[in-house]
Amino acid sequence: MSIMINKDTKILVQGLTGRTGTFHTEQALAYHGTQMIGGIHPKKGGSTWTCENGDAKGTELPVFATVKEGRAETGADASVVYVPPAGAAAAIIEAIDAEVPLIICITEGVPVRDMVNVKARLNDSNSRLVGPNCPGILTPNECKIGIMPGTIFKQGSVGVVSRSGTLTYEAVFQTTEAGLGQTTAVGIGGDPVKGTEFIDVLDMFLDDDETKSIIMIGEIGGSAEEEAAEWITEQAANGRSKPMAGFIAGRTAPPGRTMGHAGAVISGGKGGADDKTAAMEKAGIVVSPSPAKLGETLLKAIG
Amino acid sequence: MNIHEYQAKKLLASFNVPVSAGEPVLSLADIDKAIAALPGPVYVVKSQIHAGGRGKGKFKELAADAKGGVRVSFSAEEAKANAEEMFGKTLVTKQTGTEGKQVNRLYIEDGAEIDRELYLSILVDRETSLFSFVASTEGGMDIEAVAHDTPEKIHTIGIDPLKGITDEDVAKLNAAYELSGQAAEDGKTLFPILYKAFVESDMSLLEVNPLCVLKDGTLRVLDAKVSFDGNAMFRHPDIAELRDETEEDAKEIEASKHDLAYIALDGDIGCMVNGAGLAMATMDIIKLYGAEPANFLDVGGGATAEKVTAAFKIITSDPNVKGILVNIFGGIMRCDVIAEGVVTAVKEVGLDVPLVVRLEGTKVAEGKDIINNSGLNVIAANDLDDAAQKIVKAVKG
Repeated sequence: MSIMINKDTKILVQGLTGRTGTFHTEQALAYHGTQMIGGIHPKKGGSTWTCENGDAKGTELPVFATVKEGRAETGADASVVYVPPAGAAAAIIEAIDAEVPLIICITEGVPVRDMVNVKARLNDSNSRLVGPNCPGILTPNECKIGIMPGTIFKQGSVGVVSRSGTLTYEAVFQTTEAGLGQTTAVGIGGDPVKGTEFIDVLDMFLDDDETKSIIMIGEIGGSAEEEAAEWITEQAANGRSKPMAGFIAGRTAPPGRTMGHAGAVISGGKGGADDKTAAMEKAGIVVSPSPAKLGETLLKAIG
Repeated sequence: MNIHEYQAKKLLASFNVPVSAGEPVLSLADIDKAIAALPGPVYVVKSQIHAGGRGKGKFKELAADAKGGVRVSFSAEEAKANAEEMFGKTLVTKQTGTEGKQVNRLYIEDGAEIDRELYLSILVDRETSLFSFVASTEGGMDIEAVAHDTPEKIHTIGIDPLKGITDEDVAKLNAAYELSGQAAEDGKTLFPILYKAFVESDMSLLEVNPLCVLKDGTLRVLDAKVSFDGNAMFRHPDIAELRDETEEDAKEIEASKHDLAYIALDGDIGCMVNGAGLAMATMDIIKLYGAEPANFLDVGGGATAEKVTAAFKIITSDPNVKGILVNIFGGIMRCDVIAEGVVTAVKEVGLDVPLVVRLEGTKVAEGKDIINNSGLNVIAANDLDDAAQKIVKAVKG
């Protein structure tokens, strides 16, 4: 089992014909035959995209003018968005209107105003958005959506959820080294306004039988970690819990500065690492002080 | 991106927001002209720096009992004397740090007869994913202290982006401020205008502290602090031009030209990392082993060898740097590209400090080969923990 995506997930690529979309689609096709089944381009509908590099060289995908058409033709149940920042929100909204169940936006640099509008459109829709500004989702040996390096994964029992891309890789790498492997890794993204929060993913990991433990990686800014910690405590009171390890990046970050991710900023004395760590520890999560000891810390949490 | 108060007021005035008449002073020669353009007899001379707490701030070069960074002056002569005394001096406030900020610009404003001081801001409310007004009757004070001591005096009103600001939202704001008569009428036009200015300019924060009810019963925006969403500046080339580079670190300006996320810090270990989260975590682990990072630097996912070289030059231009840690977990980023960039940079700019390199992920073997065969004095690390310990040991001995 896994969450959100598996070997049956059929994926459309919004922004397939661009450089980034092409590169990562080639990589995804080569990853255990991930079902990339078509691309979207408003002016190139009816044409064919050909994979020119890697193990899936020669694979041809149809290009559709609209998401709606692509979905009708292919029965896609997910779309991944590589469209540049200025057009990313419109691409997401097009996928929401086409009722794509799972939309994953990799694009970094989407204006907050656009995301506030997207978020309002997501309410009462049939879609879930993951991202933007995220590395995507990967279920080992089954399906890779986004930009995570497939080689570090190993099928196993850990659910990984993170606001940071490269720290997701650290958690995956270290749990692979520890012999645990992963069920699914989800990068929820580093923006202040995003489609999916920690709680959404944690809920799915708690429901998933094969996920035996969870790593949650947060960072400074906002209060999503505190809200997740409170939620975890409530769930545990109802008998729903799994061993968890955590990490918060940005203990040494100066207040008021945006640390690379648009959402990573301590403002008005709020969003610091210490408050988040304390909230997570209170909820029973074993928080590692070192990003190099995520695997080790999870083994400790499992006991 | 932040702008100065005088720039913020000019922008708000273009949306018909009521602000006081005012004139910016960019050089000593502007002072007389600015004062002459205002009606008097009361003038307010305000330091223009990107930091709050100006009124209670102190100038480093002046006597301890000298007046602060915002001065009410009751004649043209007094305004001129104040402006001349403040210009070019270093203002230290609660938000500038002990080094303070040089006051290179002033804003001279027409005085206002204030009845009540209120607090207003519009911000991105991350919990609700809405743009929200934060309103309090406790204006002119440190709002964080108000929120801490008397949270019941802070009202948060979220705006539905699909509807925009409604009559109901405005009524809630008027009630939160206990406005009546002319002030309540003014609120009906002012609050929607402020929301429009916020949304259309892609602001990330608009803080008006204080928003004033004047003695004549009208509302006026007496101070304005505005930050913009850097990711939306492609829509606003006119606003992007308001950036004041003298407010920023020279290394940070250089980094932004190469599209590198760089923040200068006080420590002595320079860091070059891919990914914002890993870059923060690298700073954290350096601290964990007892040293201090000299910077935050995310080279990004699609860095080229040229970008890596530029990053390396910026790090080595910091005289405090006594050692460098390169920490790369290649996803999109290939380790061989990073390795080539580092080798090129070292050959170009030289290396007088220890350099520890940790590579992992895509093309790691090729990357390690490039470093090992370069003939450079590079300390290779096996993993992140090893890397942090090695650089701290190399710097601290």
